[in-house]
Order: sequence, then C-alpha cells, then structure tokens
Amino acid sequence: MIEPRVVKELEAVVGKEHVLSSPEDLIAYSYDSTFEEHKPDIVVSPANTEEVSQVMRIAYRENIPVVPRGMGSGLAAASIPYSGGMVLNLTRLNRILEIDQENMIAAVEAGVVTADFQATVEEMGLFYPPDPSSIKHSTIGGNIACNAGGPRCLKYGVTSDYVLGLTAVLPSGEILKTGGKAIKNVTGLNLTQLLLGSEGTLAVITEALLRLMPKPKYTRTAMVTYMQLDDAARTVNAILLEGVVPATIELMDDTTINTIEEYLHLGLPTDAAAILIIETDGSDEQTVLREMETVARVARECGATDVKVAQSDAERNELWRGRRSVSPSLARRRPNKLGEDISVPRSAIPEAIRRIKAISAKYNLPIVVFGHAGDGNLHPNILFDKRDPDEWHRVEQISGEIFGMAVELGGTLTGEHGVGVLKQPYLEMALGKTAIAIQQGIKKVFDPKGLLNPGKKFPAA
Amino acid sequence: MAQRRRENIPHLPTEEQYLNCIRCGLCLSACPIYRETLRETDGPRAHVVLVRKYAEGELDISPEFVDLMYKCLDCEACNAICPVGIRPADLAMEMRQVIHKTTPQPWLKKPIFHGYFPHPLIQELSVLPLLLYQRLGLQTLARKLGILKLLPRQLQDMEHMVPELPARSLRQVLPEEIPPMGEEKHRVAFFLGCFQSTIFAQESEATVRVMARNGCRVFTPKQVKCCGMPAAGYGDIDLVKSLARFNIDLFLPLNPDVIVTDCATCGSTLKHYGEILKDDPEYAQKAEAFSAKVRDISEFLMSIDIRAPRGEIRARVTYHDPCHLVRAQKVRKQPRDLLKLIPGVEFVEMKESDWCCGSAGTQILTHYHNSLAVNRRKMENVRATGADIVATGCPGCQMQLTMGSNHYNVNVRVVHPIQLLEEAYRREEAQIADETSTGE
Repeated sequence: MIEPRVVKELEAVVGKEHVLSSPEDLIAYSYDSTFEEHKPDIVVSPANTEEVSQVMRIAYRENIPVVPRGMGSGLAAASIPYSGGMVLNLTRLNRILEIDQENMIAAVEAGVVTADFQATVEEMGLFYPPDPSSIKHSTIGGNIACNAGGPRCLKYGVTSDYVLGLTAVLPSGEILKTGGKAIKNVTGLNLTQLLLGSEGTLAVITEALLRLMPKPKYTRTAMVTYMQLDDAARTVNAILLEGVVPATIELMDDTTINTIEEYLHLGLPTDAAAILIIETDGSDEQTVLREMETVARVARECGATDVKVAQSDAERNELWRGRRSVSPSLARRRPNKLGEDISVPRSAIPEAIRRIKAISAKYNLPIVVFGHAGDGNLHPNILFDKRDPDEWHRVEQISGEIFGMAVELGGTLTGEHGVGVLKQPYLEMALGKTAIAIQQGIKKVFDPKGLLNPGKKFPAA
Repeated sequence: MAQRRRENIPHLPTEEQYLNCIRCGLCLSACPIYRETLRETDGPRAHVVLVRKYAEGELDISPEFVDLMYKCLDCEACNAICPVGIRPADLAMEMRQVIHKTTPQPWLKKPIFHGYFPHPLIQELSVLPLLLYQRLGLQTLARKLGILKLLPRQLQDMEHMVPELPARSLRQVLPEEIPPMGEEKHRVAFFLGCFQSTIFAQESEATVRVMARNGCRVFTPKQVKCCGMPAAGYGDIDLVKSLARFNIDLFLPLNPDVIVTDCATCGSTLKHYGEILKDDPEYAQKAEAFSAKVRDISEFLMSIDIRAPRGEIRARVTYHDPCHLVRAQKVRKQPRDLLKLIPGVEFVEMKESDWCCGSAGTQILTHYHNSLAVNRRKMENVRATGADIVATGCPGCQMQLTMGSNHYNVNVRVVHPIQLLEEAYRREEAQIADETSTGE
C-alpha cells in the first residue's frame, strides 16, 4: 500500500486524474501482451521528463518499486508489476519534439506510437526502418527498452542502430542524457547502447534522438515455395552471397502454412515444406528490379518449386496477407499461444526447425515456426489451452528444450522480445555466470536500491 | 459467486468471447477513446479483461465499471481490428444489459426509454420549444446579442448542433404511399427514423423523392416506431425486442422488395433484428426475413440502375464514414460512388475517414470532454482536405460534425449524401425549365 500522503504528493506532480488506484485501473495495469498478471498498488501517468524525474524522486525516497510501461505490448512480461508498487505509465509522453530534416534526426518522447512516428516522417520523404509487428500498438520507448526488431531488420538493422541519444531518468530521479546528434561519438562508455534493451531495469527512458533515412521509393515482393526446408535455408545465404541484401526474408514452415490456409483459404501451397517472402527495395527502380531477378534466379537454383513476384500493390498486399495473418490464425486454433523469439545462426535454421518439430511430437502440442529467416530470428509458437494444467506443464518443458536447443546451435534466447521474467530461468545457460555478475554490477550502479523494475531481465544479485 | 453470475444473467458474455483474447493490445491503436485519454482502463483490451474479472467474481459492478462500459463509443473499431475475432465493443454493450438487469438504474431512464423513444408523437411534441426558439427569431436574437456566450460551453455546443427544424414532423406530412415517376421498377418500404422525421426532415424528403425519381413506389408507414438503438445503447434489450416485433409486424405485410433507411444507426439496428430475435420462436424467421430486406439508401441506390443527375454542384466534397454504416453494415464504397455521380463534385478522401466523430448518440451529453476530444481529431482531418462540404449518412454524425465545425472553426457545410444528389436533380430540372423558357 502507498501511504495517502505520498499519493497526495504524486497527485501534486502529475495532477489528480493521472494517479490511478481504482480496482478497475489496477486490473488494467496488471497485464501486458502475455498471459501473466499482477496488480500494482498505484498507477502514475506523468506528462514529461521533468514529471518523471519528480515522481521517481518520491518513489526512491519512499522505497516504492517502479515498473515503467508503455502500451503494454511486451511479450516477455517485463512490464508486469510482480512486486506491486507503482506502474509508471509513459503513454502521455507522446510528442514528436523535433524533426531535423537537414541532419535527418528526430527527437521524440518515449510514448510516441511507432507507426504514428513512421507515418509522420514518411510524409516528409523520410524513413524510420525498425518495424516490429507490434508497430501500431507499441511505443518508441518500449521498442528501445526491448531493442525491438522486425522483418526489415535484415537490411536496415534493429532499433539500436537508429538511436543516437537518450534522455532517461535514473531511479534516484536524476536526469541522464546520453549521446547526441553527432553521428560519430566515442566519448566515454556507450551508455546509449547500454540502455538499449535494458527492459526498464536501469533507467526510465523518456526521450530519444533517432536517426532517419531517405524513404526507399521502390519495392518488389516475391513469394517463394519449397518442398524441402533446407532448400529455403540455402536460398537465404545464397542470395546474400550474390551481394543482394533484400529488405526482408520471412519464413513460414509447413505447420504455419497449413494453419493460415485452414483459416483464410488464400490458396497457399499446403504441401510445401516452407515459404519465403522476399522483398527488395531502394531508391533506384532498375536496381530494385535487378535485385529481384537475382533473388528469383538464386531461389530456383536452390530448389524453389515456385517463385511468384507481385506485379502490383494489390498483389503485394495479397502476398503479405498470409504472413500478417499468422498470429490470428494461431489464436483461432487454440485458446493460448506462447510465442518465442529465439535467434540462431542462419545456417542453423533447418536444424532448429527439425528439432522444434521433434520437440512438438515428443510433447504432443502443436508448434508453428515462422520468423525472420534473413537474420536467423525464429518464432516458434506453442499452441495450448492454459486451463489445462497438464498442457501448461508441457509448455514449460517445451520452452526449456527450445531454449536449450537454440543455445546449443550457437544461438540465443531472444532476438527481439527481451528476457523479461519468462526467459530468466534460462539466462545463465545463455550468458554464463560471469556475464550475469557483470550485468548485476551495472544494475547496482544505476539502481543501488533495486527499485526499478525489480526481478526483471537478470536475477537479483 | 462466479457460478451464480453465470447462471443468473442471461446475457453474460460467453467464455469464448473473452477467453480467446491474446491481449496483444492491437485494439488500443484503433480505439478513439484510448487514443485521447491514453489510459489503458479506457481501452477495449481492459474491457475484455474487466468483464472477465466480473464474470469470475473478482470484480463488482462499481460506478466506475458502469462508466467504463458507457464511455465506449461502440464505434466497433476494436471489433474490426481484433486479429482473433473478439468483439470488445459488443462485450461492453452486453455488459450494459447486465448492468441494466442487476443494478439500480437512474430514475430518468425508464421515462426516457419507455415513455419517450417508443412514442413518435411525444418525440415530435418535445422538439416544439426548440422549434419556437428557432421560428420566433429567438435563436437569431440570442446569437446576435451574444447571449449564448453566457451559457456553459457544452450547452453552446449543443445549441449549434441542431439544424433548422421543419415546421411539422415529416411523419405527419409525408404521404404513406408515393408513386414512382415513370415506370415502376421497385417496391420500397421506407423506414423513417425519429431524427429524420423531427430534425432532418429535408433529408428524408430528399431520400423519398430520389427513390421515386428512380422508379420506386415508396411506402412510409406512419405508425413506425424507434428502431431500438437508443434502448440497446442503454442495455434495455427487452424494449429493443418489443420495438423490433412491432416494426416487423408493420413492415412485412407491405411485402416490399427492400426496406430502405437513410439513417446509418437505424439501418444497423434493423439489420440486426434477425440476430436480436433469434431465440424468439414466433419471430425468429420473420425477423430474419425483415433484416434480409434492409438496405441503407446509398447501398440501395447503387444496387439499382440509378440515373445520374445532370445538374451541377460545384464543390469540394469529402465523406465521413459513420461507424454504423462502415463497420456495422460494411457500407463503404456506395456513398462515395453516389457522391461521384454528381456532376461538378470534386471528391477528396479524408485521412482516417472511418475514425469515429465522437457522437455515439449521447456522448456529448454524458461524456462531453471525450466526445469533444475525439471530434477534434475528426475536424482536423476534415480541415486538411480543404473541402467545402462534408457528407455523411448518419444524423448523429451530422449533428456532431456541425457542432465540431463551429467549435473548432472549420468552415464546412455538413450534409447527407442524398441531399446533394437531390439538389443535383433539382438543378437539372431548373436548367431544363430555364432552357424551355428561353426557348419560348
């Protein structure tokens, strides 16, 4: 419980209507995009960095745990307030502060919705490439805290490749500024990158300086079908070796194809072992076309049975429709799904999928595999019914085996969702004791009292 | 307790409706209320979770809970975007039914929904003071003297919502049967909505004339009662059912090819009569037959071979999609096609044309600040088109847009698409009359 005098103090900082504690509010801030839940004692919604700083000062003095939260689209339960205390809701920090066209840099607040930001810069002919699937309902702050990726990351890189500087509030309430508009900067330790992917455990990210690019004018999209999974995997490397870097190479396995087809009847090849969706883009139409020709040729050489290149925007949308419908198709099949985001070396993709299928058979629960083949980031999704305790138990065992397999193949637990709490039990296996100890030490420097998003990302020292 | 809640409340949402929610949060991006308040509790995802907590006995119906369910605009944007097919807006509406049945209701509710909406004559009498205010020059006087500025802003906004009222309700003056001009091709029953009869009579007059011009014999039953939407919005499903049965008995014996309405809200309710009465052994089939005949006016006109008018309307026109038309009835293309039929119209699409205008019936009364905030986004999008006219096929939207154009100083005329079409036909006639007179 938070004492009434403290509540009054918080109300004085952010305004009475932005301090929430009704039973309805506490439930509404008890979950994210996982099935985990735990109620906070209070929800505080500041409007800017200064207010965040004042709120944090109060929480620090009173030893109140603080869990920062954006739109709650996280998939690792990193914003669930397990220790109670305060949910610091950052959605009101939603201003685009500056778009510096000359330097192609934008300054934004943490609560800006990523898709809104993209739309704004694209109207100016600029481009912010990171495109997590949650783009419409996740915020820049959350993308930074999880170092979000997406289909375009193969060519354009992940969120961390676009963050030049940050404004963040330390647990003590002090305001920390890192980086700046200078593209090259090796002054001191790189605190910007340290905060990237820190999942709200080191500081509360409130503002960011983001690097922009010119918007690519032309795009070509192809859907490539394979009867052998290995052929699909070989294609990915073969294309890159030819010197072509497509914007995206997305993979769907046979279970995914069949699940989508069952639900949407798009006419996908249900006998295929895998489908790749490959997109080339750029500012020169001829180059984009030529790259797509190369892609098609290489795909055929690697054993593709069908290469379908979209001839219009409508056809392109149709090709993407299947990939975009994966999540809804899955949810219609079973009540719950657990979506993992392991990352393996590209060459290990076929082996990873084969082993996942074996795990699925062993535990008798469907697992579909799709993901970003270009960068080895796979999304095995386990389908189950959480009401059945036995199924839930099997899901936990499956997760463990999948993570073990990923690490064994030279990969890692998470490519873009983060560790949160769901992947913590496997952290040591992935990182080793020394790396964890160093991370715990860093956490202590930022947050000596251990009040900021406690129990997340790494185990308490 | 959970068991009792499930058993005692017939309309409690089914488990599947909320169990399949994967809590992805995509609905938040489409919710006009969430996008203004930025408070998770106001969003569709929270509604799904809260209803579940209520059903499981973890949460009681508090005033705050009631307010959350009533704050929902029922714009159905969340229904449309949900990847799993959960219908959070429907869930909020069904919770209103539960609230209606299980908790004490405001004393005014019964007289309004049982005494007012089902009785057209009482409705017509109720606009009399407003009519006198307009007709005796009081409105002009009040506006000129700036007296309105003394009123709270909410009342000022409401004063500006209402267009010039007809002297008598359309229900009383419109003939019950209008023959087609020329050959009879369609037999149409016209469902005259309450607002269309008492406030937007000119529009429905235009609707009937346009139909007659295009080979329709139009029947407009005078005894027609409220479609039921206001009662549905306030959770009184039994009243909705009795209104539905009355209207079905009134319309089906006319044996029309189609039942047409020019009110998006009426249309969406009428099309749901089949669903509303599906468990009524006597009416289920009739309701299904009734609903199958219902068409929005633009939907109907674009499905028949209508004649394009030759009269010109030189204007830049944009179109706002009423939630009850675009999502509840999936009518998106037809109103635009209708506008494009008119010579001289320069059609411009507005950004987020299907984003709710914030009207949702009575939100301007019950949730003034939210309603206004949602409307600001709409008016900014209207302004950006540079249109002279914004057309929309819903009286609620029309009033809200008119209010908004005044509140946010956006210089547009708000009309129903059918009005422009009728205007074009009349200009064509005037032209012909001119040509003939000069010919003489």
